[in-house]
Amino acid sequence: MDQLTRRRLLAGGVPALGLGAAALHGAIGQPTATATAAAAAPGRAGDHGGGTAGHGGHASFRGGEVDHEANGFDPHEIVRDFDYGKTSKLPDGRTLREWTLSASEQEVEVAPGIKFPAWSFNGRIPGPTLRATEGDRLRIRFVNGGRHPHTMHFHGIHTAAMDGVAGLGAGEIAPGEETVYEFDAEPFGLHLYHCHVRPLAEHIAKGMYGTFIVDPKAGRPEADELVMVMNGFDTNFDRANEVYAVNTIGFAYMNRPIQVVRDELVRVYLVNALEYDLINSFHLHGNFFDYFPTGTSLKPTEFTDTVMQCQGQRGILEMRFPHTGKFMFHAHQSEFAELGWMSFFEVCEPGNRDALCRIEPRKEP
Amino acid sequence: MEARGATGELGRERGGAERRLPGWVLGVIPLLLIVAAVGAFAALDGPGLGERRGPLVEELAVERTELRPGVIELTVRNDGPDAVSIAQVIVNDAFVSFDGADEPIGRLESEQVVVRQPWIEGENYEIGLLTSTGATIAHAVEAAVQTPETDLSFYGLMALLGIYVGVIPVALGMLWLPWVRRIPPSWLRMVMALTVGLLAFLGIDATLEGLELAGQGSQAFGGAALVLIGAAVAYLSLTGVSAWLEGRRQRSERAGASGGSLALLIAVGIGLHNLGEGLAIGTAYATGALALGAFLVVGFALHNTTEGLAIVAPVARTGPSLGRLITLGLIAGGPAVLGAWIGASAFNTSVAAFLFGAGAGAIAQVIVQLMPTLRDDHGRTLHPRAVGGLLAGMALMFATGLLVSV
Repeated sequence: MDQLTRRRLLAGGVPALGLGAAALHGAIGQPTATATAAAAAPGRAGDHGGGTAGHGGHASFRGGEVDHEANGFDPHEIVRDFDYGKTSKLPDGRTLREWTLSASEQEVEVAPGIKFPAWSFNGRIPGPTLRATEGDRLRIRFVNGGRHPHTMHFHGIHTAAMDGVAGLGAGEIAPGEETVYEFDAEPFGLHLYHCHVRPLAEHIAKGMYGTFIVDPKAGRPEADELVMVMNGFDTNFDRANEVYAVNTIGFAYMNRPIQVVRDELVRVYLVNALEYDLINSFHLHGNFFDYFPTGTSLKPTEFTDTVMQCQGQRGILEMRFPHTGKFMFHAHQSEFAELGWMSFFEVCEPGNRDALCRIEPRKEP
Repeated sequence: MEARGATGELGRERGGAERRLPGWVLGVIPLLLIVAAVGAFAALDGPGLGERRGPLVEELAVERTELRPGVIELTVRNDGPDAVSIAQVIVNDAFVSFDGADEPIGRLESEQVVVRQPWIEGENYEIGLLTSTGATIAHAVEAAVQTPETDLSFYGLMALLGIYVGVIPVALGMLWLPWVRRIPPSWLRMVMALTVGLLAFLGIDATLEGLELAGQGSQAFGGAALVLIGAAVAYLSLTGVSAWLEGRRQRSERAGASGGSLALLIAVGIGLHNLGEGLAIGTAYATGALALGAFLVVGFALHNTTEGLAIVAPVARTGPSLGRLITLGLIAGGPAVLGAWIGASAFNTSVAAFLFGAGAGAIAQVIVQLMPTLRDDHGRTLHPRAVGGLLAGMALMFATGLLVSV
């Protein structure tokens, strides 16, 4: 009961009852110090209810990890998984890259014990990280295996018919139907794709998004490359997220940090696919990074340890860790961080790379 | 023809069997058939009904919140139709570790969830229990304050609180007895009307508080219906008891003792009401919503002394012994102590709503019993003095009630 109605009582004057209580304590025996204090002075505002109890450690899920196998994907694999497609040469000498992506509906355990009815591309959230080089011809066959109409809308430069929105080109792809999106990879930079069917927020928030990387013709410097899609899940459908993460599973890289090598260049492709919250951010501990907004320039605009991204905004981060050890990275919206978007880098000695950095980056074949 | 004959034969046979069997068997047979039918239906998993439609219905009511250093303990009860598993807990937009509720909580089952949270006194906490389907059950802790340890000194404090707000004011009110004894009958009728007015106010108050509590607690046990059931139980029980007392009185042919039994009934009614009052006070103290101060004691003294007057008014013309008066006072005031103990240590909104209802029902019964005593020489009940007394009683309760509310 939170309140008394008629009996909600005024505090005031000498706590006569407290005096009586003190007398009674004396009669009964040795009262505990806390009970006496509580009776004599109720409401010592500002006291810490717990002292230091309950403070230890970071925010975390009960039950440790989700069942990645049952989910069908693992954020520890997604982070270094780049899909270059099936390549062939066109008569004009250009590279043709082909992918097939299918929409499906599946339950995803987004936090231990919590099942979310998700929609996905190729059974994973985020969808496959499609990667091409500037000027390549891209052909994406999209199969709708779900029970709702979907599209694939790419960020990039293409014709209106290839925009993947209702009423243009193939328009909405009905369940069981398929279409092919075809366009050139331009401009170079870091982009994304997502479903663009009404209601937009729901189609995106259910998991229909992925990263689309267009490398510059001359390439970028050799680096340990990571893809991180910042997302969240509205598990109770109140248009606010209950769980936040990079690559879908909150706290996944807290339990098993992403291992990188000291002094080696680390490149993070950071995409904000979050719905319902206007902005998201990335903050790195113990280090700074060069920031390339949208990756469309080879010159960084900023040397910082915190960047902010709006919905659909993205950028490339480049950093070298001078020290070994564990370094956090997380949304600097503390709320998002403690609701799952909190992670660790583990920086290893170069000599120990094979031993400590078990997950090797997947390079273009 | 043949068929008709057969039916007739069967009918005669059955009639014969009915006469042969003992009466209780005929009563038990339908019961056994019902049990068998229900058992078969359950064993076959509701044949023909198919799978359920729609998603799980997950409902949890937080029945009790206790705060200890570094932890918030919630006692939750599943008052929905489906089992609920608590997968994660969020406190003020952060996932927290917690113990308890490892297994799904079945219908009407209760479970304790111990949330580790370094809470700060006086601040608000919004707790979200995330179920396995991702649904959130929200619970707010307003102005966190440590739950008192229920040791001996705590029970002593609660007893003192109950004595201050229940026993002493009622005893003070009973000191009007000598005065009530001397006033003429017409004035006594007005005092009786005043008593009815006081009780009517208390009855309305108990009903409203009971309904408010019922709205907060688990709905599975009936919610607001509990208040009405409590009222009916108390009303009918007291009617039965008073009829029994009346019968005894008539058998012993002792005339003029009805005032005594009436006083006892009033004491019981007021006692039930004070039990509810003690519950409210104890709970408020335990949750830190109650500031103990001189003002509280003064307010309750004024408010509850009128209850003492109500008890002594019917016995004004008889000569009750001191021991009997003390007993009546304790019956009326003592439950406040009991209520404070229960409220502070094992508060349950459903039980409290029922008790408030019982208090209201008891008071209604007492009012019905008191009404004839208002009758004047012409047999009128609502004569001007009675109406004046009724209104004065309600006004008195309203005014003194203001002293203990903000």
